[in-house]
Amino acid sequence: MSSNLTDLDDSADRGGPAQPLLIVRNLKKYFPVRGGLLEREKKFVHAVDGINFTVAKGKTLGIVGESGCGKSTTARLIARLMEPDSGSLIFDGEGVGEFGGIELKAFRRNLQMVFQDSFASLNPRLTIQETIAYGPREHGLSQAQANERARQLLARVGLEPEQFASRYPHELSGGQRQRVNIARALAFNPRLVILDEAVAALDKSVQAQVLNLLQELKAEHQLTYLFISHDLHVVHYICDDVMVMYLGQVVEIGPVEQIYGQAAHPYTRALLSAVPSMDPAHRTEKSPLSGDPPNPINPPAGCRFRERCVHAEAVCSERAPALVPAAQLSGHLVACHMNDAASGHTAATLESAA
Amino acid sequence: MLSYVLKRLLYTIPIALSVTLVSFMLVYLAPGDPLNAIAPADAPAEVVEALKAAYGLDKPIPVQYGKWLLRAVQGDLGRSIASGREVATEVLSAVSNTLLLAGVAGFAGVLMGCILGALAGYWHGSWIDRVATVLSVIGVSIPHYWLGLVLTIIFSTGLGWFPAMGAGPGGSAEWLWDLEHLRYLVLPALTLSVIPLGIITRTVRALVADMLEQEFVMALRARGLSHQAIFRHVAKNTAPTVLAVAGLQLGYLMGGSILVETVFAWPGTGFLLNTAIFQRDIPLLQGTILVLCLFFVALNLLVDILQPLIDPRMGRT
Amino acid sequence: MKTTLSPQAPSRSFWMVVLRQLRQDRVAMISICVLAIIIGAAIFAPWVAPADPFKASMLNRLLPIGSPGHWLGTDELGRDMLTRLMYGGRLSLLMGVVPVLAAFVIGTSIGLLAGYVGGRTNMLTMRVLDVFYAFPSVLLAVAIAGALGPGMSNSLIALTLVFVPQMVRVAESVTTQVRRLDYIEAARMSGASAFSIIRVHVLGNVLGPVFVYATGLLSVSMILGSGLSFLGLGVKPPEPEWGLMLNTLRSAIFRNPWVAALPGAMIFITSIAFNLLADGVRSAMDVRR
Repeated sequence: MSSNLTDLDDSADRGGPAQPLLIVRNLKKYFPVRGGLLEREKKFVHAVDGINFTVAKGKTLGIVGESGCGKSTTARLIARLMEPDSGSLIFDGEGVGEFGGIELKAFRRNLQMVFQDSFASLNPRLTIQETIAYGPREHGLSQAQANERARQLLARVGLEPEQFASRYPHELSGGQRQRVNIARALAFNPRLVILDEAVAALDKSVQAQVLNLLQELKAEHQLTYLFISHDLHVVHYICDDVMVMYLGQVVEIGPVEQIYGQAAHPYTRALLSAVPSMDPAHRTEKSPLSGDPPNPINPPAGCRFRERCVHAEAVCSERAPALVPAAQLSGHLVACHMNDAASGHTAATLESAA
Repeated sequence: MLSYVLKRLLYTIPIALSVTLVSFMLVYLAPGDPLNAIAPADAPAEVVEALKAAYGLDKPIPVQYGKWLLRAVQGDLGRSIASGREVATEVLSAVSNTLLLAGVAGFAGVLMGCILGALAGYWHGSWIDRVATVLSVIGVSIPHYWLGLVLTIIFSTGLGWFPAMGAGPGGSAEWLWDLEHLRYLVLPALTLSVIPLGIITRTVRALVADMLEQEFVMALRARGLSHQAIFRHVAKNTAPTVLAVAGLQLGYLMGGSILVETVFAWPGTGFLLNTAIFQRDIPLLQGTILVLCLFFVALNLLVDILQPLIDPRMGRT
Repeated sequence: MKTTLSPQAPSRSFWMVVLRQLRQDRVAMISICVLAIIIGAAIFAPWVAPADPFKASMLNRLLPIGSPGHWLGTDELGRDMLTRLMYGGRLSLLMGVVPVLAAFVIGTSIGLLAGYVGGRTNMLTMRVLDVFYAFPSVLLAVAIAGALGPGMSNSLIALTLVFVPQMVRVAESVTTQVRRLDYIEAARMSGASAFSIIRVHVLGNVLGPVFVYATGLLSVSMILGSGLSFLGLGVKPPEPEWGLMLNTLRSAIFRNPWVAALPGAMIFITSIAFNLLADGVRSAMDVRR
């Protein structure tokens, strides 16, 4: 199905192939914690604490991390479902919501999101066709045009319109519902699609089908994906680049094979080794990570990972490591003192070269 | 725990203040000068002015409110226009009458409701359950003022067992728990008890039936616990909710007794309210509403504070 | 990679499923029939009633039930009871339906807005309403009606004011829950206006629970409204209304108790029917979940 759209067809590539589709600068979001007798706001949850990254066009960036590391909050901030406390987004070279840049409603057409809970994502009172047609309708299409587009999309994701268009969400399986969600996202002809744990709730076999569908759609429509997940196998399968988050910050970001093969940050290494191996000869004997994740309320000074890191030293509690290029690996950034020759960490002088 | 109590108290204060404001302002809702109630329409101007000054109605409303509130806090609610007696005294004696009636009715209704509800919930689906359901539907559907009339017809004018009206010689001020006085209490209390009966039966039945279906009860049964022991377990778990509902019911009975008291001419706050409304007796009206509502607010507060004490599971806001 | 559904009956919308459930509920259906009769008698009273509701006859006062020409007897002024009961149903039913309907509309609107907007506006609204909860309903209704003065419209206003806060509470609570659901976020992602989102996505899901609550209030409203007339605060004589008739017939309990009790019996029967129907509606909507 090629895009035979009219009003929603502003997905022209303005910035050119070299321009990253999305640049995120210094995004921050703190949530106040209510406490005390008079409910004064005293403490904050540092959900997202100054993250920077870019997403290249046509690529899939995976975002991984433990529960509570800020992945979903980041997704919602980018989708502008929440207002960030500070930071900016640059979409295809234009600032989002800024003067002289791209305005919010137009931005919404370029970016769509698929949520984890396929059932909660669909209004139980509307038929599937009505759900998919709602968005285009709001952007100016007539009811008939919107319906026709909905039916086309349903066919594209593998759900026969004659059978499915007038169904209600409760009559579908989880995998089918998620395809409906994907169809709805595509209704706007977006350029960036955020998939927030989109396949996490599905059975493995269904996951594979949906993932393949996503790959096909990406190729057909020149889409860019932001793939949030805690499942490292799936991320390895589908992503081009991977970003690892810990406690609201980016600790490592780089091409998928480098991250999986030569992880530079101790946390990433620990995450990867925590994935149970299928090989009985290489059983995991003990947990690579010690302790519990610290409290995201008023996090510790310096490197946030130091309380669970086997390589922690004094410098780690004094200064927070910056996200700098990893030694000898291109396109790969790490936030760890061991990687930074100037940090004073004993391991740094050994590992880093030039 | 203490912070929770303090928080609730703090929160209640603006509510109580608003209640006083509404109680005071209600009389100004109606079009027309409240003064019309006091002075006859053809009174000469000086008399009207004098009356105005005497009742403080010549001052602006916020001032009137302030003065009224200040005096109320000290226990002075003014004088009744109709009877000339102090409002505070009249209201207090009425409150004790209503408290007597509502207390007995509430207790009876809650007790019977608990028993019926528990039996119905325990033998879920049996004939007991059906009877209890029917009774509870009747309880919430019946106009209690009509029930009072019917009971009067049957037991008073018909069989002559109980007197049709009044609270007995001396009312609650000279109350004795003897047959002579109790005769006056039976019909009104029975009538009033139907309201909490219906609601409590329903509540308890649902709670008990729900609880018995939970897995921990199956585990208890598997361990061979007797019926009584299981019953005690269930009772302990449902008690907090039931207490909360019962407490609120008492509040409603106090506030809503006006209809039953009118039927039986029971000299309680409801009856007083009725009188005050029809005689446009402003101080009496304001005072009665104030006392009744503050009582309700206090009762709510009490229930809110007691509930976490009984049920440690309840989260605090 | 096409998937197909196994062939099944055409899917139905939410309300159709509820209706279907309701039709299978015998108790609810009986209640609907009873209500239909009572409402029918009230609406068609001018054509069906045997006599003039205002025609008094001093000779025929308080005739017993079963008297020739007056099947349900006569009241204290000699007026035919059957006729007055039928006409009385008009006002009594209005007392039940109108305040609930008005409170439904007003309460849902306020609750929707407060719940959707959230934040301080919501908190402020709910705090203001908390003051109303500090008054027991009967007391509040009597106090407002008493302050406004006798008359049916004043009673209707009083009852509406009593019910609005309760409706707002239910509507706001449901709206706040619905608002957090993912499909609302998805709708926001489509760039639709808040008004459109509320209309298409939120409203449909909020109406259900509020409707169930409202049906439960119907009997309360009728009993309370007739109660106000019973106290002399509502409908004024000589208009026929069940509560008022109970009041005026009170002195007659010595001479003809059964006739005196008739109007209340009507309130009772109608109220039971309302409540059983409300229970049926609630179960029908629950099963759907």
